[in-house]
Amino acid sequence: MRVPVNGSTQTIEANDIAKSYGSVKAVDGVSLSVSEGEFFGILGPNGAGKTTTLEILEGLRQPDRGRATLFGLPVWPRNLKLLPRIGVQLQASAFFERLTAREQIRTFASLYGVKTAKADAMLETVGLADQADTRTERLSGGQTQRLSLACTLVHDPELVFLDEPTAALDPQARRNLWDLLRGINSSGRTVVLTTHYMDEAETLCDRVAIMDAGKILRVDAPAVLMRDLHRAVHVSVAHGTISLEAAAELPGAAQVSDDGVSLTISTTQPAVLLTELVQRQSLTDLQVKGPTLEDVFLELTGREYRA
Amino acid sequence: MSGFGTLAKVLALSFIRDKTAVFFTILFPLMFLVLFGVLFTDHGTSKAHVVQVGEVTVLDQLPQTAKTDLKGSLSVTKESGPLQPQLRKVRDGDYDAVVSEKDNQLAVYYSEADQVRSATVRGVLESVVQSANIAASGNVPRYGLNTHRVEDKSIQPIQYQTPGLLGWAISMSAVFGASLTLVEWRRRKVLRRLQLAPVSLAAVITARVGVSIAIALVQGVIFVGIALLPAFGLQLTGDWWLAIPLIICATLAFFAIGLLAGSFAKSAEGASGISNLIVLPMAFLSGAFFPLDSAPAWLRSLSEVFPLKHLVDSMRNVFVRSADLATILPDAALLLAFAAVAGAIAVKLFRWDDV
Ligand SMILES: Nc1ncnc2c1ncn2[C@@H]1O[C@H](COP(=O)(O)OP(=O)(O)O)[C@@H](O)[C@H]1O
Ligand SMILES: [Mg+2]
Repeated sequence: MRVPVNGSTQTIEANDIAKSYGSVKAVDGVSLSVSEGEFFGILGPNGAGKTTTLEILEGLRQPDRGRATLFGLPVWPRNLKLLPRIGVQLQASAFFERLTAREQIRTFASLYGVKTAKADAMLETVGLADQADTRTERLSGGQTQRLSLACTLVHDPELVFLDEPTAALDPQARRNLWDLLRGINSSGRTVVLTTHYMDEAETLCDRVAIMDAGKILRVDAPAVLMRDLHRAVHVSVAHGTISLEAAAELPGAAQVSDDGVSLTISTTQPAVLLTELVQRQSLTDLQVKGPTLEDVFLELTGREYRA
Repeated sequence: MSGFGTLAKVLALSFIRDKTAVFFTILFPLMFLVLFGVLFTDHGTSKAHVVQVGEVTVLDQLPQTAKTDLKGSLSVTKESGPLQPQLRKVRDGDYDAVVSEKDNQLAVYYSEADQVRSATVRGVLESVVQSANIAASGNVPRYGLNTHRVEDKSIQPIQYQTPGLLGWAISMSAVFGASLTLVEWRRRKVLRRLQLAPVSLAAVITARVGVSIAIALVQGVIFVGIALLPAFGLQLTGDWWLAIPLIICATLAFFAIGLLAGSFAKSAEGASGISNLIVLPMAFLSGAFFPLDSAPAWLRSLSEVFPLKHLVDSMRNVFVRSADLATILPDAALLLAFAAVAGAIAVKLFRWDDV
C-alpha cells in the first residue's frame, strides 16, 4: 500500500453518490476515496449495494445524486479517454457467443489496440494456455473466472474493478485466484474488489468498506476494524465438556452457542473466563479465536452476517 | 472507427458457427425454391381430360392439324357403352367432362367443381363445333385469329419466384440477425462489457450492419446461382446487377426493423417472436410467395409500407422486365428513407443494459 501524497488527486473519489430503483435505495449516500496502489475491498451481504456502487464508479450508471471521479476525471457521461485506463470484471462474466478462449481475449485486446502476442501471453499468465482452443461455454467455473480476469487485464489498466470474482468457486480455485489478485496489486495497480466473503476481504484488502443496505458503515484496515472491537473473543471446547446452562453462568460469558461438535462462549473478558474453565478442568479441545469481521458486522448492524 | 473490424470479425465467426442461423439463412429458402419449382412448373396438370362416349363426328373427323392443336388443351379418351358410368367419373373428379353426340347435337356433361377446367372444355368444344359448322357450309372462314405473348418466350415462373423468395430470405436473416444479436449481447452483458471498452456505439452498430449486408449478398449469390441451374432455368438479362444495390438498401431497412424489435425484446425467445410477427405477415403482404393482384385494394395499399414489398417489386422489375436504373430508383430511395427513419428511432431506444 502506498501512502497518498498530500494534495495529489485520489485514484477514486466518490462524493455522496446515491441510486434508487423504485423504492429500493440500492446506494444511499456513499462517499469514499481510494489512493493509488491500494487494494480496496467492499464487503457486504447480497443486496447491500456493492454492484451498484461499482457500476456508478465505472461510469456504467448515472447516479441519482452525487459525483464520482477517477484520476480526477468525472466518470459520467461515458468518457472514451478514461476507459482504457480502467479494467472491469463484471459480476457475471461477459463473453461473445461461440468463440474460443483465445479468440475472446484477442478480441478484447484488439478493441483496446493491444497486440495479439500480448493477449496470448496473458492467457498463459492466468494458466489457460491449454484451454486456448476451447469454446468459452465449455470452460469450468474457475477457468471462466480466470479468462474473464485475463480479458480485464489484457490492456494493462492502472485501476481494476472486480465484482465478486471468487463467487461460486471451489476453495482451491478461490485460493488460486487470490494469488493472481495479489500479483495484480503488487505490480502497482489499484484494485477495488467486492466480496461477501469475510476471509477474502481480510486476506486481500489493505482497507475494507463494510456495506449494508446501501450505506458504507465503516472503512478501515481489517486489523484495525477487529482491534477496535472490544469484545468477542471466542472460546470453544468440545461438545459435552460443559452444559449450555452451566456455560452461560460462567463469569465473563456474554453469549453461548453449541453446534453439536463444540460449545462456543463469546466473551470480552477472556482472562476471567479461561481461569474459570481451568479450575473446572473443562478444557477438552480448547480453541480461542479473536474477533472476526463477522463480529464487526454484528457490532455495526446489530444483525448476524448472512452472505 | 475503432472496434468496427474487430466486432465485424466476431459477428461473422459466430454466425458461421451457428448452424441454426446458417440453416435458416441459406438452406431453408432454397427448400422453398425447390418446393415452388415443383408446384408451379408442372404444366401437364393444366390440361383438361374428357371422355368421349360413342361416335362424335366433329371430333372424329377433325383435320389432322386441328387435332394436334386440340391435344394442347384437351386429352380425349374414347369409351363405348352406356353414358351413366362415365358421368359418375366426372362427378367423382376423375374426368373433367363427358362428350356424346345424338342427331348432330353435341352433349357436354361437366362438373362445376373445377370452374376453370369446365370453362376451358366448353370453350374448346364450342369452337370445334363452330369450325365444323363453317366447314359444312362450304364457306372459307373470313376472319382468323393469331395470338402472341408479349413477354420474351423465356419468361418462366422462376423469374418471379426468385426475387420473391430471395427477398423474403434476406428480410428474415437481416431482421433476425439484428434483433438476436442485440438481445443476446445485452443479456450476456457483452454490451455492458463493450460499454467499458473504448468502442463507440456507431462502431457496434455498423459492424452488425456490415455483416448483415455481407450475409445478404452471399444469400443472393447462392440463391441466384442455384436458380440459374438448368433444373430451375432462371435467366439473367439486362441490368440484373441492379439487384445488388437494391439488396443493400433493403438490408439496411430490415436491419433497422431488427434493431427496433431487439430494443423491445428482453430474451432471445422474445426477439424471435417479435421478428416472426413482423417478417411472416410482411412476406405474405409483399407478394413474396404469390402475387397480390387479387387482394383487396386496401390490403395492397397497406403492403406499400413494407420495405420487402419494394424490394420484391423492384427486383421483379429487374428480373422479369429488364428494368433500368431510373425505374428502380424510387424503390431504392423509399428503402433508404425507411431505413433512416426506423434506424433513428432504434438508436434513440438503444440500451446498453436491461435496466
Ligand atoms: N437493475 C436493478 N433494478 C432494480 N433493482 C435493482 C437493480 N440492481 C440492483 N437492484 C437492487 O438494489 C439493491 C442492491 O443491489 P446490488 O447493488 O446488486 O447489491 P450487491 O451487489 O451488494 O448484491 C438490491 O436490493 C437489488 O435488488
Ligand atoms: Mg453484486
